[in-house]
Amino acid sequence: MTLWIIIAIVVVIAFVWIVTYNGLVTARMRTQEAWSQIDVQLKRRNDLIPNLVNTVKGYAKHESETLEKVTRLRQDVAAAANPQEAMAASNELSGVLSGFFARAEAYPDLKANTNFNKLQEELTNTENKIAYSRQLFNTTTATYNTKLQSFPSNMVAKVHHFQPSEFLQVPEAEKEVPKVEF
Amino acid sequence: MLFEQIQSNKRKTIVLLVAFIIFVAIVGAAVGYLLWRSLEFGIIAGIIIAVIYMTIMISNSTSVVMAMNNAHEITSSDQSPELWHTVEDMAMVAQVPMPRVFIIDDQSPNAFATGNNPQKSAVAATTGLLSTMNRSELEGVIGHEISHIRNYDIRISTIALALSAAITFLVNMGSNWWLWGSGDRRDNNREGGGGLQIILIVFSIVIMILAPLAAAAVQMAISRNREYLADASSVALTRNPQGLISALEKLGRARPMKDVDSASAALYISNPLKNKQHLFDTHPPLEERIARLEKM
Repeated sequence: MTLWIIIAIVVVIAFVWIVTYNGLVTARMRTQEAWSQIDVQLKRRNDLIPNLVNTVKGYAKHESETLEKVTRLRQDVAAAANPQEAMAASNELSGVLSGFFARAEAYPDLKANTNFNKLQEELTNTENKIAYSRQLFNTTTATYNTKLQSFPSNMVAKVHHFQPSEFLQVPEAEKEVPKVEF
Repeated sequence: MLFEQIQSNKRKTIVLLVAFIIFVAIVGAAVGYLLWRSLEFGIIAGIIIAVIYMTIMISNSTSVVMAMNNAHEITSSDQSPELWHTVEDMAMVAQVPMPRVFIIDDQSPNAFATGNNPQKSAVAATTGLLSTMNRSELEGVIGHEISHIRNYDIRISTIALALSAAITFLVNMGSNWWLWGSGDRRDNNREGGGGLQIILIVFSIVIMILAPLAAAAVQMAISRNREYLADASSVALTRNPQGLISALEKLGRARPMKDVDSASAALYISNPLKNKQHLFDTHPPLEERIARLEKM
């Protein structure tokens, strides 16, 4: 009788362990998926930037410094070794771009260029997608990290060496309205 | 928190469905008693009618709804970049598959979503919506529609609509009791009209009078609650209550749509007909929705 009780307890524990382990794996995979969503958008923006630089060059003489900065930051994003570095460069790039698009209102020739308008919508779309996929990443990260800390999944996580995922910071600049100078 | 709300929505759907089916059975019993002096026959007839209605309405495909509202589908981002990209963004944060996207040629700003599950869903927006809303307002509106899809609201309202249509049908049948009831009256004479029989008849008549009202009121209450939930979910997606607030303000000032299918009116984000009733409103007043958003 006692043997059967012991067997039953072991079976139950093993079952709970397996289910918890699978839950942790799924949660971790979701954060990785969310990161790859951001990565796709970062790559897409990097593909759009040379186009933007070429289009703007002829129209806005005073923006050469901005364009250099954009080109440099684009390389930083591409060269980043980890998500935190990539996002730091990306946040700076977003700030420079949104400042530039606000100033672009002052160049009527540029505003009349259909190619530029198309690029502007594409880049706005990419920026929005970066922001939304970062939000998704942070949501999935919060779910995963909560699992790492709460009982009983924290025990399973410790045994199988699950590492917590790091949140991505929302840049302060994003909350500010870009300055418009004429 | 939102996840729990969605779970509770799914549970409520089941409770609602069971309660509504019991209600249909009671109405069926009342009608059956009046027409044929048979409770069982009425219950069976009622349930068969409800099942037929539900099958028709659930299989009512997206294409049919869109055709009724004169919507045309767009299939690439080039046709309306802002709308397409916003739908893409909202579907991504809500973690639902990309819905089909439709445009309705109407100057009045409005939008709706349809589809019984997130895999077969569609979003439609009027040209007026695209021309009057800025990006963050558009995100608020599309976020609301995507939330309807993710929260399975369309399925719930379809079921509620089907059941209340079945009840209306049963009551219409029962109200012909005076015309078809001749055979039963002969029965009455033979049995000498027992007290129980009179009570049952009175009870059946009361049920028949109250049932359509109760069904409509429940259906509308469900629809109004869903609107509040979709507003809240939209803000959870965009993290920007101000966008939806100013979108709702613009919707409140807009003229009614010129050519709208009245059966689809409940689907839209703001009542496209702009008619004024209260108990049977499908949508809560915009002022109340804005007030709730401002508290968030």
